[in-house]
Amino acid sequence: MSENVLRIRDLSVNYQTDRGVLEAIRHVNLDIPKGSIVGVVGESGCGKSTLITSIIRQLDDNADIPNGSIEFEKQDLLKLSLDKMRNISGTKLSIIFQDPMSTLNPVLSIGRQMIDIQYRDKISKKRKKQRSIDMLTKVGIPDPRNQLNQYPYELSGGMQQRVSIAMALQAGPSLLIADEPTTALDTTLEVQILKLLKELQEEMGCSILFVSHHLGVIAELCDHVVVMYAGEIVEQGSTYEIFNNPAHPYTVKLLECDPASISKKQNLLPTIPGEIPDLINLSGGCIFKNRCDQSIERCDKVTPILNKFDTHHFVSCHLIES
Amino acid sequence: MKALIKRISSDPLGLLGLCLVTLMVVSALGASIFAPYDPIQLNIMDRLQGPSANHLLGTDQLGRDLFSRVLFGGQVALKVAFLTIGSALIIGVVLGMIAGYGPTWLDNSIMLLFDTIRSVPTIMLALAAVAMVGPSITTVIFVIAVSSIPNYGRVVRTQTLTIKSKDFVKAEMLMGASLLRILSIHVLPNILGPLLILASMDIPTVIALEAGLSFLGMGVKPPTPSWGSILNDGFALIRNTPWPIIAGSIPLVLATLGFTFLGESLRDLLDPKLRKLL
Amino acid sequence: MSKLLSIKNLRVRFRIKSPLQAMLQKIDDPYIDAVRQVSLDIKQGETFTLVGESGSGKTTLALAVAGLLNATEGQIKFMNEDVTSMTSSQIMAYRKKISFIWQNSIGSLSPRMSVGSLITEGYKIHNLKDRDLKMEADRLLKLVGLPAHISGRYAHQLSGGQARRVGVARAIALKPKLIIADEPTAGLDVSVQGEILNLLNKLKDDLGVSLFVITHNLNIVRHISDKTAVMYLGRFVEQGQTDDIFAKPKHPYTLALLSANLTPYPEASLKNRIELKGEVPSLMDRPNGCEFHTRCPFSSEHCDNEFPPMHVFDGEQILTCHYPLNQN
Repeated sequence: MSENVLRIRDLSVNYQTDRGVLEAIRHVNLDIPKGSIVGVVGESGCGKSTLITSIIRQLDDNADIPNGSIEFEKQDLLKLSLDKMRNISGTKLSIIFQDPMSTLNPVLSIGRQMIDIQYRDKISKKRKKQRSIDMLTKVGIPDPRNQLNQYPYELSGGMQQRVSIAMALQAGPSLLIADEPTTALDTTLEVQILKLLKELQEEMGCSILFVSHHLGVIAELCDHVVVMYAGEIVEQGSTYEIFNNPAHPYTVKLLECDPASISKKQNLLPTIPGEIPDLINLSGGCIFKNRCDQSIERCDKVTPILNKFDTHHFVSCHLIES
Repeated sequence: MKALIKRISSDPLGLLGLCLVTLMVVSALGASIFAPYDPIQLNIMDRLQGPSANHLLGTDQLGRDLFSRVLFGGQVALKVAFLTIGSALIIGVVLGMIAGYGPTWLDNSIMLLFDTIRSVPTIMLALAAVAMVGPSITTVIFVIAVSSIPNYGRVVRTQTLTIKSKDFVKAEMLMGASLLRILSIHVLPNILGPLLILASMDIPTVIALEAGLSFLGMGVKPPTPSWGSILNDGFALIRNTPWPIIAGSIPLVLATLGFTFLGESLRDLLDPKLRKLL
Repeated sequence: MSKLLSIKNLRVRFRIKSPLQAMLQKIDDPYIDAVRQVSLDIKQGETFTLVGESGSGKTTLALAVAGLLNATEGQIKFMNEDVTSMTSSQIMAYRKKISFIWQNSIGSLSPRMSVGSLITEGYKIHNLKDRDLKMEADRLLKLVGLPAHISGRYAHQLSGGQARRVGVARAIALKPKLIIADEPTAGLDVSVQGEILNLLNKLKDDLGVSLFVITHNLNIVRHISDKTAVMYLGRFVEQGQTDDIFAKPKHPYTLALLSANLTPYPEASLKNRIELKGEVPSLMDRPNGCEFHTRCPFSSEHCDNEFPPMHVFDGEQILTCHYPLNQN
């Protein structure tokens, strides 16, 4: 059994809203084995962003964590002081976002920023600069020495994303969180960035938590997949299992209705009727019951839990248990 | 309107603002009913008295009842405030929208006009106006209105420029909407919020400006009461009694707070994005 | 079927530097061609899809068709009327016959108007007072699959899918002949994408409108379109029947786009994909010869110097390339 870089146990996050308590994610268990890429997939409102922001401890003020732990390299991040947390994020734990400009400072040159983030290292500025150049070369930026003098807005979206990846990986983190890093890019660039991420991950040996709503991207890149729906993990397992042998009715439907998975022209595409349930005043029972066409009486009353379906495949559904 | 008042009432500060403004408007409009004395009636025997049952706020150096003068002064203040801000607002909106939406040369000329007006101090403008037509409330209104047009015009222009580039304006153009329709239905309602707050915050400034001009003899002529003239009378007598100053400043403070609170509350309501409608 | 929209050799130029800037910076040609040599035909009831990456000129082309941008050269004919030479009153009448579905679905709705008045706004703009606007709003909402009570809401209270449907309702209100849909599924969840595509297909069948769809998402193209054009740096590099384009792409760029299109099958590995080198060149600095040669995996020296000829396959599949791909 390989070691886990990140171990989330029974994590729940609530938001206080005007209408009451919104239970954004509930009882989430998630393991990220060392050196692997775990994909979290789900539609809007499934709790992806809440999950990420709780890992990096950047939840909004109206959020609270009633229960659970987030163990990162044997330390519970939730119990760390903010000072210690700052030491971990940026060195052992890095993040890249959908919009690279959200991590790049628009008024500082690339080089200045890349040298600045090495403030913890007691080495000469010249060596820091050389390290930045090496890193930019690694992420495939042509002519890195001159690029250091550029400002972020002078680069294209794809190049900006490469720079933000370089900055995230500079300290050699053991976990990289990637929040939809290719969503804003064109498809040809998307493929380039995915390939780059995979190569860098293999080379540097870090783990990646990759969050996306794009099934194709997840299938392409990840080793393990976690399917989230309305704040719960409904299914998780190896990528091959999830995409070839989906067991949860939601996963099945989600894969069915992706226009990419239908190669023949179709005038009427499959959809998932109904809407995501209101996460305030949850009624209990299965979270997917109101949109599931196979729901049984038990689904109304008992909340299903993740059960082993196959060696590397866990499903939270009553139909599977029986 | 009813719904608006109801919603303002749900915000404590808004409610306070609304009450203060209502109090001011009602007491000013009904001054002739509420005032116990004639505001310009001299009564030398009772001069410089402190507050009493007979004179709620005391009397001034000529024995005039300060409470009555405050009420009638409110009339002048309101008249000046609303007429000035109203006309400055209308002209500012029209010019600002033309500048923001129109061609560059028109924008530049209107901005040049605004800068020119702003470079002339209000007092200088007032002196010139008084020299030409003589002191009166109308002069005060004219002077303050002209000098505050650029304030509104600039805000309107900036907002119009922002909204002009929004997708929904392009969508309306593609549907064949006329310029007038786009400006009146789609641009104006979206810039009204910040304007209203600006205007309601300006009301106290205008009232103070009116007081200042009146003091310099370029505004309301004595013996017509105005809060400014009550205050100024008070300054001369500060060594003898504090009451005229207190009487003059209380309405000024209350009006400032009232219009500010109301303005902020209105802004929250007029911007649907801030509405809590979950 | 008759031609609804016909574009011949369209060119749209933008000034990027003012005359003074151009003089000071010694730029001879302070213009860029956002759209160049574009020709296409859309028939009544047909769906035409324009595929391309960002900056390829898709939206510019659409805005030129709508008469919002002026054509520098070429011709845009709508029902045999020349759009480029219309007077402003003719443009007004023309805009009744075409409508837009916007990519930014929430931002394209006026924020202070209720959904009901947004939907019926077209009637007010074009002074069509002969109908009950409330009933009309309900009818349109029903047509796009939204409940009637939504007509009291404002744009910011709608979900992405709902806003998109409202956009569709606005687009069909005046019974247009042509609907231009800019990225109709951008930013939507996959399950909602299907719903919107189904709706567009249904409306096309029921109302007989033509659709002009602009997208970078190839996955949806296949399901809605009859004809497809692939745009690169403002030019059509390949166009033809959608089925042909997908089954036997002949331009390397088309092939690369199809290959970069990620599908939810883990077997299809990254390694088998055709990866394009580098990024899209700047419009200010168009490559010589074939404009795609800087990124093309199959380019030769010939491509660097000479502009490629046009090839026509099976009478319909048109492309500009020195070495069209052989598909077996």
